[in-house]
Amino acid sequence: EFRRFSLERSKPGKFEEFYGLLQHVHKIPNVDVLVGYTDIHGDLLPINNDDNYHKAVSTANPLLRIFIQRKEDADYSAFGTDTMTRKKNVLSNVLRPDNHKKKPHIVISMPQDFRPVSSIIDVDILPETHRRVRLYKYGTDKPLGFYIRDGSSVRVTPHGLEKVPGIFISRLVPGGLAQSTGLLAVNDEVLEVNGIEVSGKSLDQVTDMMIANSRNLIITVRPANQRNNVVRNSRTSGSSGQSTESSLPSSTPNILTNFLQGEEESDEEDIIIEDSGEPQQIPKAAPTSESLESLTQIELLHESAQNGFLPSSEMNLNHSAGSVSMEYEVQDPDHKSLEEDGTIITL
Amino acid sequence: MRRFLRPGHDPVRERLKRDLFQFNKTVEHGFPHQPSALGYSPFLHLMAIGTRSGAIKLYGAPGVEFMGLHEENNTVMQIHFIPDQCQLVTLLDDNSLHLWSLKQHSGASELREEHRFTLKGPPGSPPSATQITAVLPHSSREVLYLGTESGNIFVVELPSFGVLEDRTITSEAVLQRVPEDYCNRRSCELVEALREHPKNPDQILIGYSRGLIVLWDLQNNKVTHHFLGSQQLENLYWQRDGSKFISCHYDGSYTQWPVSSDNRQHEPLENFVPYGPFPCKAISKIYWQTTKNGVPYIIFQGGMPRASYGDRHSISVVHGSQQTAFDFTSRVIDFFIIFSSEPTAEYDDPSAMVVLAEEELVVIDLKTAGWPAVHPPYLASLHCSAITCSHHVSNIPLKLWERIISAGSKQNIHYSNMPWPIDGGTNIAPDPPQRDLLLTGHEDGTVRFWDASGVCLHLLYKLSTVRVFLTDADPNDNMNTLGEDEWPPLRKVGTFDPYSDDPRLGIQKIYLCKYSGYLAVAGTAGQVLVMELNDEDAEHVVDHAEADLLQDQEGYRWKGHEKLKTREGPVRFEAGFQPFVLVQCQPPAVVTSLALHSEWKLVAFGTSHGFGLFDHQQKRLVFVKCTLHPSDQLALEGPLSRVKSLKKSLRQSFRRIRRSRVSSRKRRGGSGNASEVQEANAKFDQDTLQEMELAPVQRKIEARSAEDSFTGFVRTLYFADTFLRDSSRHCPSLWAGTNGGTVYAFCLRVPPAERRMDEPVRAEQAKEIQLMHRAPVVGILVLDGRSIPLPEPLEVAHDLSKSPDMQGSHQLLVVSEEQFKVFTLPKVSSKLKLKLTALEGCRVRKVTVANFGSCKTDDYSENDLAVLTNLGDIQIISLPFLKLQIRYPCIRKEDVSGIASCVFTKYGQGFYLISPSEFERFSLSTKWLVEPRCIVDMPEVTSNNHVHKKSGMENAARKS
Repeated sequence: EFRRFSLERSKPGKFEEFYGLLQHVHKIPNVDVLVGYTDIHGDLLPINNDDNYHKAVSTANPLLRIFIQRKEDADYSAFGTDTMTRKKNVLSNVLRPDNHKKKPHIVISMPQDFRPVSSIIDVDILPETHRRVRLYKYGTDKPLGFYIRDGSSVRVTPHGLEKVPGIFISRLVPGGLAQSTGLLAVNDEVLEVNGIEVSGKSLDQVTDMMIANSRNLIITVRPANQRNNVVRNSRTSGSSGQSTESSLPSSTPNILTNFLQGEEESDEEDIIIEDSGEPQQIPKAAPTSESLESLTQIELLHESAQNGFLPSSEMNLNHSAGSVSMEYEVQDPDHKSLEEDGTIITL
Repeated sequence: MRRFLRPGHDPVRERLKRDLFQFNKTVEHGFPHQPSALGYSPFLHLMAIGTRSGAIKLYGAPGVEFMGLHEENNTVMQIHFIPDQCQLVTLLDDNSLHLWSLKQHSGASELREEHRFTLKGPPGSPPSATQITAVLPHSSREVLYLGTESGNIFVVELPSFGVLEDRTITSEAVLQRVPEDYCNRRSCELVEALREHPKNPDQILIGYSRGLIVLWDLQNNKVTHHFLGSQQLENLYWQRDGSKFISCHYDGSYTQWPVSSDNRQHEPLENFVPYGPFPCKAISKIYWQTTKNGVPYIIFQGGMPRASYGDRHSISVVHGSQQTAFDFTSRVIDFFIIFSSEPTAEYDDPSAMVVLAEEELVVIDLKTAGWPAVHPPYLASLHCSAITCSHHVSNIPLKLWERIISAGSKQNIHYSNMPWPIDGGTNIAPDPPQRDLLLTGHEDGTVRFWDASGVCLHLLYKLSTVRVFLTDADPNDNMNTLGEDEWPPLRKVGTFDPYSDDPRLGIQKIYLCKYSGYLAVAGTAGQVLVMELNDEDAEHVVDHAEADLLQDQEGYRWKGHEKLKTREGPVRFEAGFQPFVLVQCQPPAVVTSLALHSEWKLVAFGTSHGFGLFDHQQKRLVFVKCTLHPSDQLALEGPLSRVKSLKKSLRQSFRRIRRSRVSSRKRRGGSGNASEVQEANAKFDQDTLQEMELAPVQRKIEARSAEDSFTGFVRTLYFADTFLRDSSRHCPSLWAGTNGGTVYAFCLRVPPAERRMDEPVRAEQAKEIQLMHRAPVVGILVLDGRSIPLPEPLEVAHDLSKSPDMQGSHQLLVVSEEQFKVFTLPKVSSKLKLKLTALEGCRVRKVTVANFGSCKTDDYSENDLAVLTNLGDIQIISLPFLKLQIRYPCIRKEDVSGIASCVFTKYGQGFYLISPSEFERFSLSTKWLVEPRCIVDMPEVTSNNHVHKKSGMENAARKS
């Protein structure tokens, strides 16, 4: 069943609106569906949040092919690299074992069904040998669950190779957040904690920094195992870079900047109990006046900032000129999505 | 990242910062750690102390202090002043000699190292050939005689340290005319002592360790007299007229030898073992002092009967029939006698004995009957009982100051009235700007009040809290009076007594209100005492209350120490601070925070279980609040139980070590041995290093949670009159911050003065703030409408501070170990924060508001936060905008006890312990600097007369 409709390319709006629009055009208002599109490489990629939706719209040339499947009978393995051309090679099977070719019955939920626990961020600005990992301690009862130690690493300096002291991950606690993400491993060298270099700092200092940032910990490591590195700008098939690339919006540099500037707001707020009443979050005092704006609005602001996403960064996607053959209206500019993209969900 | 931290580069502010802040370590207070050598110049009236870390400190009149540090950081073995000069020579344990001078520079004297020198033997000779054992600066001031292990005596020129090889006194030359049979029995061995003849500078007395003593003529280069001692020699001393000298020996004997002009072999006049007849310890140093009445003072170190008193550190003074063995609590490093150094004087007439023991300086007045001790104006043994906490109060009102001094003077009646005998140099430092008190709490339950206004940290008054309690050790049960026989006539002197009989007595928190004279003191067993200054002795009952901090929490069992038992009935207190209220926390855990409000007459205290408020006017407990988390088992069990036993065993092993050290002290296994030891040490270090690499230290990374241990530990308490409930009415409030990042605020209702005794003080919890980062809260502060910290209680009443601005809205500053946060009041909303740990990896250890004045203009000053971090850095952070102003490295980060001991003053100064016995004083302010500034002038020398010199003979060789 095919439908063709148009969208304003410069104002794609929200995924949820788009989803609603799709349900509307297909007259399936209460049916859960999976939405996918074919990108310029001919891969079938999912659309399930604002960011990959925007990415999809921006790749329309000028047509965007959208595929809709009922959730119940969706073939999850259909998504991914080369899915359209069906030229799977061995390597991609090995690297992406979660393609679950052989277990089509298992239903894997979509990213928005999960709370993010970790992500790789800033792939486009970091050297390929480094990995910046964000651990979301917030909301989980899982311990962070790792240990660090002193060690030494070899660096290339103007004076040749030099042995310099470094901080390394020494142990992962089974079942801990760090281990469950699979993004950190024993003997990975810790290079930065929340954007601050650890070189020259003692083990205790780095420990204190990590604990102080434990609610929103971003660690940059040089993985001990360099074979699983994200390969940037890879057009070749079968690379694990695909998943990262497709899920990384061009706005990633903003995440770091946002983190640095907006870091003050990025951790959750303190709680106050007045006169033995109910615990409440402590609002932030308005910088200009003593009076407070409405609490809900401020909370929203926090929430969006919390996920490391500034409103402005979203605008980056909207600069492609011309209109696409899809259109819809932007309804509520204030109603921002709380999803962050660039998230890799690990089960 | 730094970009975002910098407060910007406002040039005006940068200039102002230079006028406000400056970091200096200004002076070290207290007693040098591990002293190893002592010297005295009777000419300059200066005393020098060397330490095992290579420091050398000179002291004269109060305020006259100099310090030098040898680059090598080696132990100072000997110190000798050059006669009639502002110079001294030090010998280190690496066998190097160093010449130091006091030179005037821009109006003040400075101690500087001029030359260094290591004696070198001919190639191939063993190191012992040049290992210096005795040093004699000759009264000609031109040469040093250096006795060595080989028995040779080398002569070096001053100040160049050029070796005069032709003047070397070889042992062969000395032995030429010694009788054959004596020679056969003993070789010369090492030079134990070198003494110049008091009347004839051309003769020096040489003592060798095996007992041979010769008088050497420098003019003719030959031995003029032989004295064939049969006992191992320890030291020599000339009598003033040069007709006799005295030698002391390893077997605890001393011998007098006559020196007559005829050139024959001499027999001793007298050989005497003062504490015989059983085997005695060595007499390592002896003085023979003549007096007008003909009865000499014989003063010697050691010589105690080996079996029963071999472990005593004693110096005996014998004057006719009077004899006292001064018994020191720590090893005697060295001592000297101050006596008439006038060359024309006929007699020595000793006036004082100055003893450097390992842990204290003791001065004995020899002029006054009973030989009382003299109260030293400096070099106080801060650690006579271990320091457990300190508290600084700036700008003490004169009235309180005088009352404390008067209370202290009543305690010091047993001291001699003698003016301080070491009075060289002139203190030219400006008078201290104000009267400052430093209060130190000690393990034995005492609080010592120090005059910290100037360079000399001087004990004003000592307060003991022990009287309130029943302890195992009765205070009357004194070691001095009991268990000592008539003989030897031992007398304990000094104050160093590090062994507390009951660690529960230890003082943990002190708070003094300088306006009212109220003092609150809290200790290890949950005891809180409120005291009042009374100028008279008094006997009264101390009101006693118990604060059950667990309240209705059931099922907990405290496994720590018991609470202290109190004395029933009235207790007699001496003049000074007298307790009138005792609150005991239950469980009796250590008191971790304390606040006193002298205007509201309230005292607040906190432990690891909660906190309470006590009305000391009505003597009524107002409320208690349990802060304990149900899962916090550790806090309940009382970790102190373990600490205590560890401490006990440590103490025992220390006692053992001290004993064995004393016995093994008898010196020098030769340099070969020393290098072996060094090698072994180096190897050990390497091994441990390797081991560390094999099993690296790990750190767990885990977010803090509410279930962590000691979250309920109350870290800080604060009284404030502020807007807690609404912005129209302010009220008294109590704030408490815990280890788990919780801040509690209680609204207090204090009845007006006229009904103060009739109506109860009421308290109601108004707010509870949970910092989500859950770091320990170490400071709470309220800023008034002008963003100025609220004044102290009674400060406004005494017209010493402007009234706080109660119009504008107040702000709350909460300092955790990790962050600084400003909230609005009364509606708590976060306004500002400064994250420290997340960005720098350091944590706040101490924080205080300090007032900084500009050195350029008198009318500008500002309040900032002075912060010490766990890395030992000091940071100054502006108020109220929380901008980092400046950062100084201050304490090594490994020096945990130094960081823990740091105390800031209200005017940008601070103190921290650099050893158990020494405070380093530092200043962050350009305006308030207390540092020594003094001049040492060369006294007039009646020149061309070398004979008058150095009657003291202090500069002769000595052993450590």
